[in-house]
Amino acid sequence: MIGYLLFFMIFASAVFSIITENVTSLCDAAVASGQNAVELCLSIAGAMAVWGGVMRVAEVSGLTEKLTKILSPMLSKIFRGIDKNSYTLQKIAMNVSANLLGLGNAATPLGISAMKSLAEEEKTNLATKNMTLLMVLNSCSVQIIPTTVAALRQAAGSRSPMEILPCVLIVSLCSLAIAMAAAEILYIGGRREN
Amino acid sequence: MKISSFLVPLIILGVLGWGLWKKTDIFSAFCEGAADSLKLALGLLPTLCFLMLGIGMFRASGAAEALCAALAPVCEKIGLPPECLPLALLRPVSGSGALGVLGEILEGSGPDSFAGRVASVMMGSTETTFYTVAVYFGAAKIKGSRRAVIAALAGDLAAVLLSPLAVRLIIG
Repeated sequence: MIGYLLFFMIFASAVFSIITENVTSLCDAAVASGQNAVELCLSIAGAMAVWGGVMRVAEVSGLTEKLTKILSPMLSKIFRGIDKNSYTLQKIAMNVSANLLGLGNAATPLGISAMKSLAEEEKTNLATKNMTLLMVLNSCSVQIIPTTVAALRQAAGSRSPMEILPCVLIVSLCSLAIAMAAAEILYIGGRREN
Repeated sequence: MKISSFLVPLIILGVLGWGLWKKTDIFSAFCEGAADSLKLALGLLPTLCFLMLGIGMFRASGAAEALCAALAPVCEKIGLPPECLPLALLRPVSGSGALGVLGEILEGSGPDSFAGRVASVMMGSTETTFYTVAVYFGAAKIKGSRRAVIAALAGDLAAVLLSPLAVRLIIG
């Protein structure tokens, strides 16, 4: 899929540059693209490493567990019909806290295991409202500090790479609210109500 | 705006301080986490090479500019800088592709331009939706993801429409 898209982009570029007689800059771009990719990768690698290090300390020292405890009561209001003392809710809370802290590596396995225990608890392998809500919580990228974006901005010479932080937080919370509302609406009268 | 500049050092200080207080070996924990993140970043590189080839050629040929010009009237209606439209379209499909496009926008328009800020906010507040659905529902063997995809895309659309608004209202 992505292969076709990229081939189409390169094909369109070739046609376009022949029409506009701009072939030299196309050639330059093709030659420079590898270097650009390495530069882009390196410019975010350092910041990702530092942040990954700090967040590993948070994980090992039990800070994510604390966050999980704070989040649990809130999440039990969102995921209705689940046993409050079950592992499921705890796993969801762990998944959300990992996401908040930007621990992508840790968040995915936690989320998958939360999804599995939701399926077990609701005794179905058809997507229920709670599963959709868990999905949406993960696809809306609510995180306290968008490190990758900030690193890219820094690399591009931004005067204030972190200035986007409040905007990112507000936009992701709003889009999460809308996605959750959409999930609620889509499951009105739908299968397997909880 | 200045609060966000304080936030990062404060979080770093807080986390490391808490770690020491809890008698964690913060040095080895930090190094382990950093090593994992470096592996993750380097793992992106092969994809980025191919993506940057496509994106770079597309931009250099002038095709990207022509596409933006053609789509500008639509973008204007929703208040989106036309440069950000490719990012909005690619974001739910490919995470590394979106990263490449964001890099190009930041280089081309500048990170502190309106388009650069909007693109940053958009990137930070969305996820690779289709990948997320595939991974989560696929691994847990859940069928019937149609509604989940619709709900998640509604969230993405909201983020795309709200990003320019938030940048105008908050950063100005």
